[in-house]
Amino acid sequence: MKKAGIIMIIGSLLLLGLFKFPLWNIMLGAPQYPDPLGMDIYIQGIKGVQEFDIQNIDGLNHYIGMKTIPEPADMWEFQVFPMVIGIMVAIGVIIGLLGFFGKVSYKWFLGWFVLMSVLGIMGMYDFNSWLAEYGSDLDPKAIMKLLNPDGTPMTYKPPLIGYQKMLNFDVDSWPATGAYMMFVGMMLTIVAFLVGKKEYKKLEKKTSFKTVTT
Amino acid sequence: MRKTINILVSLIMVAGLVSCNGGDKKGNKSKGGLATNAAEKVYVAPGEHDEFYAFISGGFSGQLSVYGLPSGRLFKVIPVFSQDAEKAWGYNEETKPMLETSFGFVPWDDSHHPDISQTNGELDGRWVFINGNNTPRIARVDLTTFETAEIIEVPNSAGNHSSSFITENTEYVVAGTRFSVPIPQRDLPIKDYKGNFKGALSFISVDPETGRMAIKFQLMMPGFDYDLSHPGRDKSHGWFFFTTYNTEEANTLLEVNASQNDKDFIAAVNWKKIEEYVNNGGGTKVPAKYAHNVYSDETHTATSTMMNEVLTVNPLDVPGAVYFLPTPKSPHGCDVDPTGEYIVGNGKLSADLTVHSFTKMLDAIENKKFDGEAYGIPILKFEDVLAGTVKQPGLGPLHTEFDGKGNAYTTFFISSEVVKWKVGTWEVVDRQPAYYSVGHGMIPGGNSRKPFGKYFVSMNKITKDRYLPTGPEVTQSAQLYNISGDKMELLLDFPTIGEPHYAAGIPAEIVAKNSKQLFKLSENKHPYATISDGDARVERKGNEVHIYMTMIRSHFNPDNIEGIKVGDKVYFHVTNHEQDYDVPHGISMIGANTSELLIMPGQTETFVWEPKQPGVWPFYCTDFCSALHQEMQGYVRVSPASSGTELKWSLGED
Repeated sequence: MKKAGIIMIIGSLLLLGLFKFPLWNIMLGAPQYPDPLGMDIYIQGIKGVQEFDIQNIDGLNHYIGMKTIPEPADMWEFQVFPMVIGIMVAIGVIIGLLGFFGKVSYKWFLGWFVLMSVLGIMGMYDFNSWLAEYGSDLDPKAIMKLLNPDGTPMTYKPPLIGYQKMLNFDVDSWPATGAYMMFVGMMLTIVAFLVGKKEYKKLEKKTSFKTVTT
Repeated sequence: MRKTINILVSLIMVAGLVSCNGGDKKGNKSKGGLATNAAEKVYVAPGEHDEFYAFISGGFSGQLSVYGLPSGRLFKVIPVFSQDAEKAWGYNEETKPMLETSFGFVPWDDSHHPDISQTNGELDGRWVFINGNNTPRIARVDLTTFETAEIIEVPNSAGNHSSSFITENTEYVVAGTRFSVPIPQRDLPIKDYKGNFKGALSFISVDPETGRMAIKFQLMMPGFDYDLSHPGRDKSHGWFFFTTYNTEEANTLLEVNASQNDKDFIAAVNWKKIEEYVNNGGGTKVPAKYAHNVYSDETHTATSTMMNEVLTVNPLDVPGAVYFLPTPKSPHGCDVDPTGEYIVGNGKLSADLTVHSFTKMLDAIENKKFDGEAYGIPILKFEDVLAGTVKQPGLGPLHTEFDGKGNAYTTFFISSEVVKWKVGTWEVVDRQPAYYSVGHGMIPGGNSRKPFGKYFVSMNKITKDRYLPTGPEVTQSAQLYNISGDKMELLLDFPTIGEPHYAAGIPAEIVAKNSKQLFKLSENKHPYATISDGDARVERKGNEVHIYMTMIRSHFNPDNIEGIKVGDKVYFHVTNHEQDYDVPHGISMIGANTSELLIMPGQTETFVWEPKQPGVWPFYCTDFCSALHQEMQGYVRVSPASSGTELKWSLGED
């Protein structure tokens, strides 16, 4: 299971990209912003695409009563996410090493993938509920209080993924480099599982052949 | 009597030419731009950018305007020598020092010749230099902010006209005097002009990093009028050429008395030689009062320093540094071709254009082919320096620019046309009328080693019927010609500010990428800046009240101020907290005896208000900044001088 172990190690190490590259990116373009404002969402916090983007998004959001974009200290996610990713990378590497030396079964690789997927879905759910809260928990003294055609107060949740027109803004929300690296990494752990399975079967055949000849 | 006849003859000639042109003009007019595809060639679609910047001086407006070519659209008027209430230039506390001179605060000037900084003789697009004619000054405009960064006064000079031309590595910006004057200035009968007046040619060094100017030396020349100048290029780098008129040294009715000599001079100055002389301790320091004003983008504030002496050089003390090249009939423009070989003297009263050869000049100097001297300065023999003559190209040649493809374009004031001729063969190859009486012409980079020979801009002195009339004072105007083909083609008339005297053009791509979007608040070092909102406050120092105010969409902090008294001098120090591109805010106070402020993101500016009566007086944002611009306002309560109203300020408190 040498090959599978190496693939597993590489796959889980790719998650380290999340510490360097943004997980998600939201861009806000408008007639007055031909050069759109943007935020990059990292597992450790939110940064502006350009130096003053966060300040300017907050400046615009104050008209509709949105809270300012949170600092890392304001959200538990920005402490917990890096720890979870760090731990998952460590576990992945350890399983990979053990697999390499034939100490654990290839099934552990699939196990890691399933656990990571569950965590990922939980993360997405949490992110979406934060977006929903951020877009709808508005200051009652907001300068502009807009209503939907049906008379309900307008809220401003950016899309979790995809494009949406919000007032004068074109909002684009898409995964970014970190997310793609994580995706590739997770796919590699599946590959590791499949390769491991093949290697195991080959090994099994060899052993049974050996048994027969002796 | 003979003079009168001469004048009459030339008037008849002028009349003849104008009427000849008349037919031509009508033909052109009836066809208009639609007969050709001229409209297409100047059309820059909405949202698209022009190919070139043109920095066109505002003449008697004292400013420098920024246009796009080929569209002829006006982008900005950069205030330089004149107060500009729109931008608070010369009105706010920060920029008042920029207009200080040895004569005190001078709120106006006559701006003439912009020139763009160069490296190796090619435009580098870092700064534009421009001269103030009337109270001699040179300004440097920074092309990252498109704002005037520095103004230096030129002492011992008057009518600072043969300025502000720069050497090919921006070593010097050169300023020559049009009027010779007594140096030092003193009480003298005017008729004692001859022999007693001097003409100062100033070489102002430019720091290669900061652009900071300093007068390196002033060359004290005979009392002629130094009209225009240009540096040598390439092979003639190290020399500077100045046209002169009034070598007669007349002091009255110059139109006649300064037009008597058959030839005046082009003064050739070997500045490298003089620089060496000065670096070795040569020259004489003389007392001279002049202001040196510098604006800082860090403190957003200008300082004015009064200088006390200047280094002068007597040309006779540096043998071989200065020669005179005889040039027919009061030459105006003095233009050097991109190779540096040819020096064109545009003899404005001559029917021909005289071109001197730099190589021949060096040879004449070496072989001492002199034709006498003037005040000890050798005069070279005309025939020995002459490269050629452009015969009968038109009437009243003023200026020549080059396209880098071996052609020269000369403007003719009297016959009102632009004439294209070949450098070297001196043959006229094309001519196009100008509407009317063109002064300078400009090709982007057309006075450098690397011209961009696609467009020619003629800057006209007379407009008459070219636009809808606007009373006795009609618009000033420039015209754009396409010069990319064999024949010139008139593409566009466009109005300009003030008198479009001269211009400097540059490909937009060299400049646009360096243009600043905002000033970083974190780098604001203004002594009265309010960097954090928590520091917004009001302080009283006797009669002076200092308001430390911030502004951001869409409020001022503080916006309610009480405790101001009649007789106070109230300083509004206002900091724009925006850090977003193109979000300036303005502010003004009812009854303020000064202009508004227009404050860019990250910048601090100050205006003074002296309340005259008790009451509650509003102020508001003067630049439509946001959807809640109308809400961006505040009140100041003014109490009688004797009252005990407590000083307090607030924002958002009921």
